[in-house]
Amino acid sequence: MSDNFGFSDAPQHAPEDRTLTYLEAITEALFVEMDRDEDVLVMGEDVGGDFGGAFNATKGLAAKFGDRRVINTPIAELSFTGMANGMALMGLRPVVEMQFADFISSGFDSIVQFAATSHYRGIGKVPWVIRAPSDGGIRSGPFHSQNPEAWFVHTPGLKVVAPSTPADAKGLLAAAIRDDNPVIYFEAKPLYRSIKGDVPGGEHVSEIGKAAVRRSGTDVTVIAYGTQVHTALDAAERVAADGIDVAVLDLRTLKPLDTEAILEAAIKTGKVVVVHAANRMVGVGAEVASLIAEEAFESLDAPIIRIGGLDTPVPFSPPLEDAYRPSAGKIESAIRKLADY
Amino acid sequence: MNETLRLNAYRWMTLTRTFDETMVAMWKQGRGIGGTFSERGHEAVSVGAGMALGPDDVVAPMHRDLGTYLLRGMTPERIFGNLLGRQMGVSGGRDANLHGLGDLDLNIIGFISHIPQAIPTALGAAMAFRYRDEPRVAMTFVGDGGSCSGAFHESLNMAALYNAPFVLIIENNQYAYSTPLSQEMKIADIAGRLPGYGLAATTVDGNDVEAVYAATTDAVERARSGGGPSVIEARTMRMLGHAIHDGAQYVPEALLAEWESRDPVRMFRTRLIKGGVPAEDLDALDQAAATEIAAAVRVAEAAPLPDPESVGEGVFA
Ligand SMILES: Cc1ncc(C[n+]2csc(CCOP(=O)(O)OP(=O)(O)O)c2C)c(N)n1
Ligand SMILES: [Mg+2]
Repeated sequence: MSDNFGFSDAPQHAPEDRTLTYLEAITEALFVEMDRDEDVLVMGEDVGGDFGGAFNATKGLAAKFGDRRVINTPIAELSFTGMANGMALMGLRPVVEMQFADFISSGFDSIVQFAATSHYRGIGKVPWVIRAPSDGGIRSGPFHSQNPEAWFVHTPGLKVVAPSTPADAKGLLAAAIRDDNPVIYFEAKPLYRSIKGDVPGGEHVSEIGKAAVRRSGTDVTVIAYGTQVHTALDAAERVAADGIDVAVLDLRTLKPLDTEAILEAAIKTGKVVVVHAANRMVGVGAEVASLIAEEAFESLDAPIIRIGGLDTPVPFSPPLEDAYRPSAGKIESAIRKLADY
Repeated sequence: MNETLRLNAYRWMTLTRTFDETMVAMWKQGRGIGGTFSERGHEAVSVGAGMALGPDDVVAPMHRDLGTYLLRGMTPERIFGNLLGRQMGVSGGRDANLHGLGDLDLNIIGFISHIPQAIPTALGAAMAFRYRDEPRVAMTFVGDGGSCSGAFHESLNMAALYNAPFVLIIENNQYAYSTPLSQEMKIADIAGRLPGYGLAATTVDGNDVEAVYAATTDAVERARSGGGPSVIEARTMRMLGHAIHDGAQYVPEALLAEWESRDPVRMFRTRLIKGGVPAEDLDALDQAAATEIAAAVRVAEAAPLPDPESVGEGVFA
């Protein structure tokens, strides 16, 4: 394998330098998994040719694997996602790119009705992945900023992952491709080029269903995923100067939830903030908070605080979007409130 | 078109072009917020089709139909305000760029990104007119790309079935983002699909404002008089990238050059001059457009952003 995976204009990395951006890690996972297994193919709007998708995540794939394995589709989410169902039943492992996570709703029936129930009904396995570029904070307005993961976490039969680091961007995508179930992979587009990190070369698979402690601490636990892991780490840094010792748990997989890790992290500090960029109402945070309330009530020293987007569409204008979104400042206030409780 | 209509059409086309060029320059200078879409090349479609409607008709334009918004009375000031996320912008800072330009007082239904939601929505407006026996028409636009999605086909089947007073303009600009028409569909003639639904369909030169106007006027009159829906495929070219960030390296130079030689604004200007309109009259319209757009930008840039406290307002009616 060439060390730039066939990229023409992507940054070159020395073989020993395994520092990649989040976006490069996604692309690398696609190259490695397609190389490994010829049943893996890629499909979606604008993913083919030299273009390689709206965010260039599939750049270079068509040149290397050809357009039989990199299928450029018309604007037809319901049907190309439905096609992925049929391909998957026939033993292929399609990786479908939604141009933006917001457009996943246009393919809803194929996902939540057909794919999600197929194995339960005895139809067969549907091992596809949908890549959904999600999240905002980048002034993209109501239809290019959404975090619709709760719809899918609510749907039995789907797995949902949400990496926060380049290593997980690669490892969880590889795991999603190898998983025998339909997996929705929420990639946080604000992280694409804003973070870099060490990424193991070659085959690298992160286990689905395992959370990771990103920072250990004894006073307050922040549970987050995606972009908000980074916001939480910022907030933890801000309060550290005042002697507040914050733990940050990165969920990584939203379904199945790592209940053991969640409870352990909650019990350790007895004070919990749950954060996500999706709106708070009936979000993943509600499930996490109720799990803790049900299973670890005796160990809690304060009410659980949930932070998320407001219960509005994602507004465009900067002051409105800033008011809408979680921030290090909002998390910091919650941490301080709990620390003082 | 008679002389007055032709001058009017030129006025809207030059205003649209000036708006677009100013916007593109501002975004390149970093004076924008988020992204935006250029409609360069679509002026004849958005102006020609828009002018065929009466004030009581309803239109649901899309992201390359700036001319339609302008000629229906949505001011450049309010549109720049929307692009810049201002409180005085059309959506009050809620929606981005050329989305969210809805104003029912102007009989404009703002669109959402999800392609092609505008089609069933406009069809619904037409069905409301049919139900109330009002002599009104609903019109909307879709791209070549949008014509591949399910709701296009579902809606057109219903439009024919219910004989709705509905007009659809297909803006075939050769590309859907990076994907050329040949990779979107097996055929090259989108209008050719539509007789299969029982719909009247025609194809026009989308760079010729008078041709677009004439075809749309026929369609609107047919719809208004109970003759049912029609579809017009306007063939044109997206002259810049899909959105402002997109350099569109995937578009062959020769294709752009060919369409550039048929630039809708220049072509119409040449025709008007040949027809006896003094060039100075057209220059005066260009000058007025430049003044109007410059003033609009000044007002919008100076206008306040929304109060963050107001973020929750408007979710419910
Ligand atoms: C359901 C849906 N999927 C994907 C997109 C992303 N998208 C926005 S515009 C566009 C291309 C549209 O092409 P076309 O309909 O030909 O209109 P044009 O931009 O060329 O005017 C795409 C894929 C979308 N808006 N809606
Ligand atoms: Mg198009």
